[in-house]
Amino acid sequence: MQLPEAEQLIGALAELMRPHVSPDTCLVGIHTGGVWLAERLHALLGLSQPLGSIDVSFYRDDYSAKGLHPQPQGSKIPFDVEGTHIVIVDDVLYTGRTTRAALNELFDYGRPSHVDLAVLVDRGGRELPISASFCALTLPEPLPAGQNLQLERDDSGALTLRLIHA
Amino acid sequence: MRNPQLNKHGELQHLLTLDGLPRGIITQILDTAAPFTEVAEREVKKLPLLRGKSVFNLFFENSTRTRTTFEIAAKRLSADVINLNVSTSSTKKGETLLDTVDNLCAMQADMFVVRHESSGAPYLIAQHLENTGRDHIHVVNAGDGRHAHPTQGLLDMYTIRHYKKEFHNLTVAIVGDVLHSRVARSQIAALTTLGVPEVRVIGPKTLLPTDVEKMGVRVCHSMEEGLKGVDVVMMLRLQNERMNGALLPSPQEFFKVWGLTAEKLALAKPDAIVMHPGPMNRGVEIDSAVADGGQAVILPQVTFGIAVRMAVMSMLGSH
Amino acid sequence: MTIHIKNGRLIDPANKIDALQDLFIADGKIVGVGTAPEGFTATRTIDATGYVVAPGLIDLAARLREPGFEYKATLESEMDAAMAGGITSLAIPPDTDPVLDEPGLVEMLCYRAKKLNRAHVYPVGALTIGLKGEQLSEMAELVEAGCVAFSQANVPILDTRVLGRAMQYAATFGFRVWLQPMDPFLSKGGVAHDGEVASRLGLPGIPASAEIVALYTYLRLARQTGARLHITRVSCAESLDLIEKARTDGVDVTCDVAAHHLHLSDLDIGYFNPHCHVVPPFRGQRDRLALSKALADGRINAICSDHTPVDDDAKQAPFSESEPGTTGLELLLPLTLKWAQEHQLPLIDAVARITSEAAKIAGIAKGGHLSVGARADVCIFDADAHQLITRSMLKSQGKNTPFLGLELPGKVRYTFVEGTLMYDASQYGKN
Repeated sequence: MQLPEAEQLIGALAELMRPHVSPDTCLVGIHTGGVWLAERLHALLGLSQPLGSIDVSFYRDDYSAKGLHPQPQGSKIPFDVEGTHIVIVDDVLYTGRTTRAALNELFDYGRPSHVDLAVLVDRGGRELPISASFCALTLPEPLPAGQNLQLERDDSGALTLRLIHA
Repeated sequence: MRNPQLNKHGELQHLLTLDGLPRGIITQILDTAAPFTEVAEREVKKLPLLRGKSVFNLFFENSTRTRTTFEIAAKRLSADVINLNVSTSSTKKGETLLDTVDNLCAMQADMFVVRHESSGAPYLIAQHLENTGRDHIHVVNAGDGRHAHPTQGLLDMYTIRHYKKEFHNLTVAIVGDVLHSRVARSQIAALTTLGVPEVRVIGPKTLLPTDVEKMGVRVCHSMEEGLKGVDVVMMLRLQNERMNGALLPSPQEFFKVWGLTAEKLALAKPDAIVMHPGPMNRGVEIDSAVADGGQAVILPQVTFGIAVRMAVMSMLGSH
Repeated sequence: MTIHIKNGRLIDPANKIDALQDLFIADGKIVGVGTAPEGFTATRTIDATGYVVAPGLIDLAARLREPGFEYKATLESEMDAAMAGGITSLAIPPDTDPVLDEPGLVEMLCYRAKKLNRAHVYPVGALTIGLKGEQLSEMAELVEAGCVAFSQANVPILDTRVLGRAMQYAATFGFRVWLQPMDPFLSKGGVAHDGEVASRLGLPGIPASAEIVALYTYLRLARQTGARLHITRVSCAESLDLIEKARTDGVDVTCDVAAHHLHLSDLDIGYFNPHCHVVPPFRGQRDRLALSKALADGRINAICSDHTPVDDDAKQAPFSESEPGTTGLELLLPLTLKWAQEHQLPLIDAVARITSEAAKIAGIAKGGHLSVGARADVCIFDADAHQLITRSMLKSQGKNTPFLGLELPGKVRYTFVEGTLMYDASQYGKN
């Protein structure tokens, strides 16, 4: 499968979001790809609030089966969540479980006014009733379960999408 | 003989001691603890990791302080916490330690946090769980006799790393009653495992264990010699019952020779930190001016202790 | 009943015999060695091909737990264990409940043992009433009742003057005094050898000096009083030098070592294994090697099992709180053989430590050897067989031993007591 250029998709995603954000909108990236993506969007959209990040290790629903991630990064929410418009940013939307965990974690910091979800690619295969508010690319066919699509960053900071066959 | 605190995959099954615990696991616990420190600043100070799990605080020896920090840690991980103060007199009436454990297992315990006055008691429990095929139940040693207090040792390492970043360039002094101290044994094991090049123990000969130098420490009998140029001063608690008798003549003399005063602390590096596992005997081990002074990190130790215990419990609960 | 034990390798250290010789038994006594007495016809013949035929073993310390501790073991269960271990004579320490300080109690114990008709029992009487270290026991009466020596078991006498007088009084009659060297103050609260291992594990230590200081006192008092002294359960290397020195000074002193001390050191405590909680404690590796060597060159006279059956509840406790002691009757021979193999000693030297030498210490004239006319107590064992030590194979009620799960050399095939076959391994199924 020919993967699209990540850099082009980022630009497209920012344009999708632009009409719906104000300077006070807060972005929260999900570790690790979502954080890189959120940094780009933050710059492209010229937002003024500091960027947040979430590591969902502590909220995963497969903790009892798979255990704790060996190197949890922790979450940083450097703004007041109460009454804020928040956009959760992730690179790839798949089962929806990560988004669920991120939402749960976010609400432990306070009650936002509303929450959106922005993703670069929707690969299909949802297991929860979750959909993205902004999505740069929806794959025509869901990706098989054995395959892993993720964002990667090289030393220059350039982002690319990579498909890994498990 | 397999190390009973690791499972067959080499992962942490129980936390019983830091002596012999691989460096990688100690570092992993410290790394895992870091993000937990931030939970205390949230509106909802809770993570769902141990939701639906039952943690039994099994304290055969009273310690409100340690029990409370384990309780907070478990509750922040959403576990149900049951506190049991089992006075040893009641176990001596007939019910053995293992009877008590079997009873609690029948109440669907997932984790035991054990404090016991006898060295090795948590090993007996861990061994019993293994022998009876209950390897889904984990044991955390919250202090056993003179043997070990691993979570205290870990929170001390977390504190040192927080302030000093690295271990490989440090000189650390441990001062006081090393002989009866499980805290000191865990500190020595962790410091030497993490690569601290010089660990000194300072105290009168009556309060140092036989062959203590074989644990990899340098023995000093005077504060002048022992504190010179150190980066970290770790004070130990002197139990009341040991202050007058055949081990020491009086608390006054102990304070005069081994008590930490600003004057003696001046021998250490200017940026040295002062630690104490609490509760402190002001005027016996430590002068109030030092305990409340700028170099003391005694209260941060307590805060870090909760994150470290959360890290240990979440790592154990995950397999 | 006449018995012909044929084709065995007869090892009788007292008579310096190690040869393929037959043994002939009649009326409970040895009637012929090598050649049958005139007119002998055997009602039973035992083929001992490939086996060692030795005197029944003598154990200098076996706690049978009667009277007082029947929930830990009984005379019956422990007598079975003794038979399976090839032991036909047992010296019993006085720390029963009540203690063996009254002739009546000693007579009762001897009577009970005789009725069971298995191993011969040799009580060691209490040196002081109640082992309290205050008032002397009626030693002359106790000897009449059957005591072979006097001891304090593991209970030291605090008052050194009482100790001196007890030794003096015993010396009056030439009775042997058996003492365990352990200073009660230096050892107070201790549960393991005071060294690196105990320090790491945070176990209260018993320093070597606790043994040395007490031993020095005993030897000095023996020299002054002329008492015949037997030191039980030597555990430290330094003790051996002191004992040697006393011997050159003319003190009549013998000593024994517990079989488990020949093989284990404080390192074997591992992760608080309560089976390694023993009195005296397992010392350092250097001490263990010194004991093993001293036994080989004769500075230590004999090996005993220090058999102490402990029930599981009392053992399954944190190390310090667990009851000390190991079960040992069935391990005495295997551990002795293992020790001899390590030193490449001839079998006869190994057998001597648990027969003839032990007999001398306990003053047993009728046993411990296979002379014509002696009591026909015989142990026939396979020195080349190995067996795995498991809970189920132990006949003792005490399953407490650090050797569980290990394979040890030697297997007893037959045990005879006064010419009666009391144990036949082939009758015990597949254990």
